Amino acid sequence: MSGAAERIRSDWRSVGERWRRAPKWMRWAVLAAVVLFFYALPNKEFYQYLGPIPTTGSNFGQVLFTVSIYVLLAVGLNIVVGFAGLLDLGYFGFFAVGAYTVAVLTSPSSDLKTHWPWLAVVPLAVALTMISGISLGTPTLRLRGDYLAIVTLGFAEMIRIAATSSTFLKGQRGFNQIPHPPGEYADGKPVFGVLDARPYYWLVLTLIILVVFGVRNLTRSRVGRAWVSIREDEDAAQLMGVPTFKFKLWAFAAGAAIGGLAGALYAGKVNFVNSQNFELLNSIIILAAVILGGSGNIVGAIVGGGLVAYLIERFRGIELFGWELYEFRFLFFGVVLVVMMIFRPEGLIPNRRRAAEFKDRRKEVSVGG
Amino acid sequence: MLLEIEDVSLLYGRIQALHGISLTVDEGEIVALIGANGAGKSTTMRAISGIRPVATGRIRFAGQDITKMRPDLRVRLGLCQAPEGRGIFPGMSVLENLDMGAYTRRDRAGVAADLARVLELFPRLAERAKQPGGTLSGGEQQMLAVGRALMSRPKLLLLDEPSMGLAPMLIQQIFSIITEINQQGTTILLVEQNAQQALARAHRAYVLETGRIVKSGIGAELLHDPAVKEAYLGVA
Ligand SMILES: Nc1ncnc2c1ncn2[C@@H]1O[C@H](COP(=O)(O)OP(=O)(O)OP(=O)(O)O)[C@@H](O)[C@H]1O
Ligand SMILES: [Mg+2]
Repeated sequence: MSGAAERIRSDWRSVGERWRRAPKWMRWAVLAAVVLFFYALPNKEFYQYLGPIPTTGSNFGQVLFTVSIYVLLAVGLNIVVGFAGLLDLGYFGFFAVGAYTVAVLTSPSSDLKTHWPWLAVVPLAVALTMISGISLGTPTLRLRGDYLAIVTLGFAEMIRIAATSSTFLKGQRGFNQIPHPPGEYADGKPVFGVLDARPYYWLVLTLIILVVFGVRNLTRSRVGRAWVSIREDEDAAQLMGVPTFKFKLWAFAAGAAIGGLAGALYAGKVNFVNSQNFELLNSIIILAAVILGGSGNIVGAIVGGGLVAYLIERFRGIELFGWELYEFRFLFFGVVLVVMMIFRPEGLIPNRRRAAEFKDRRKEVSVGG
Repeated sequence: MLLEIEDVSLLYGRIQALHGISLTVDEGEIVALIGANGAGKSTTMRAISGIRPVATGRIRFAGQDITKMRPDLRVRLGLCQAPEGRGIFPGMSVLENLDMGAYTRRDRAGVAADLARVLELFPRLAERAKQPGGTLSGGEQQMLAVGRALMSRPKLLLLDEPSMGLAPMLIQQIFSIITEINQQGTTILLVEQNAQQALARAHRAYVLETGRIVKSGIGAELLHDPAVKEAYLGVA
């Protein structure tokens, strides 16, 4: 590896070191400031001072909502890929299950005509995605290797095809008039309306914070230790008495549930769901975002998911030599990934352990090769 | 009888690695399993610890039939293996690795006592407590694997080539530690390439050849068996 790459690596590492050594109150203060910043971000009074950060081609609140959904998805997928080390190529399938559960049970265009309120269906959507995760994982997670990648890929495709061609799921025509989340201001206007995307963004942001705290506590428990051991060496984990199948299934189910939650939130915002929302590419983008950010690290996943979703949106409406940059978003994305793999394969903000695992592998490669 | 293996066969796909082997380990013993590369020693260990299902035969441990039991439950029964080679967790520190060894245990005081004992047996590990396992030298990783297995306080400790890749000095040391562990009350099934040492330390031994047990007996006697001498001790 070149000297430049090594130097960049060690520079980054010292930033991480300093953060870990900073006193606790300071870290909390920084954290509070960051959270405050993101709550304030969609307000024009605030973001007008931020130079080129707000998007020009589309409504900034709208963009932030999309970004927050991606962040939530990245946090969920990070449990599966980052913590338990399971390759899930069809994560967006769970998002689809969540969104469609809400659509089918609430929309007037659904054949079921249940017209349930949005809030009542959300727990159901989360439970159903979790169950679909468990039924997908139970036969596959017993096997080693790449089966899971293939099965999850197939699962996402299956959902997409069902959405496209089944009459029950309405294909392109989709479901409309999906109800919004409940809540009214004092003057009787709904909090979650059609025009203003900010309340939805704040809702997702709040849920992200809750989910992150939950996940963080989980990773510091026996469950987290079990996940790390499985990721690092599944045989050894088994030999130490870790019920590996059970914990892999848990990681998979927890990730699925978060994906379903994101789907349910999305459906409640856009109030229209059809088969075009669930392309395979979305699964790949989230996976790439997790890896880019630093899989195995919650902050890394948040940064990765946020950055990727934001940059894609940022390209909208920018022209360069007559080309619309947005059309090249995936090319750009591919280049970034390749550069990352060379300079920082463990991701922007890696997990400390993860970095050591990578070093271990690099050593093996250089010894073996 | 602590461990009893009866007529066990094991397949890797279509390759049969074990052809009906039987062996026993009594409480308090050190039993050695020797054989050439590819004879099926590690495979036997995998069958006992359960990470590979057996095709036929029975395995009994501490009076219980464990043939079909999940590996993690076998650990809870008191069976723990230090895997061959670098079976440690590379991203975890030495202490975290040792802690994983006690994964099935809830008695904190006992775990702390065992940790102190392991660090006493392997002072090198104490010096490197915070270092990631993957950055240890090969020999240190080997010690960590043994120490980690001890942390489960097993009734039966399965050691797969604990001396692999160690310098002669360290080999001596690790074998003394094995004897010491045994004298402190742990039964040991030991797989070794280093037949000389293994036979000298073991109470009894089995010789494995292409998936079959071809000889068994008292360790010291096998050490003087002409056929064993020629095949495994490098003397004619
Ligand atoms: N995962 C596997 N898939 C297919 N064949 C295997 C697998 N593991 C082991 N084998 C084969 O089974 C036989 C026994 O292997 P095993 O690892 O038990 O040998 P061993 O006695 O431990 O050898 P060594 O002294 O080299 O460690 C070998 O022929 C090996 O090639
Ligand atoms: Mg072997």
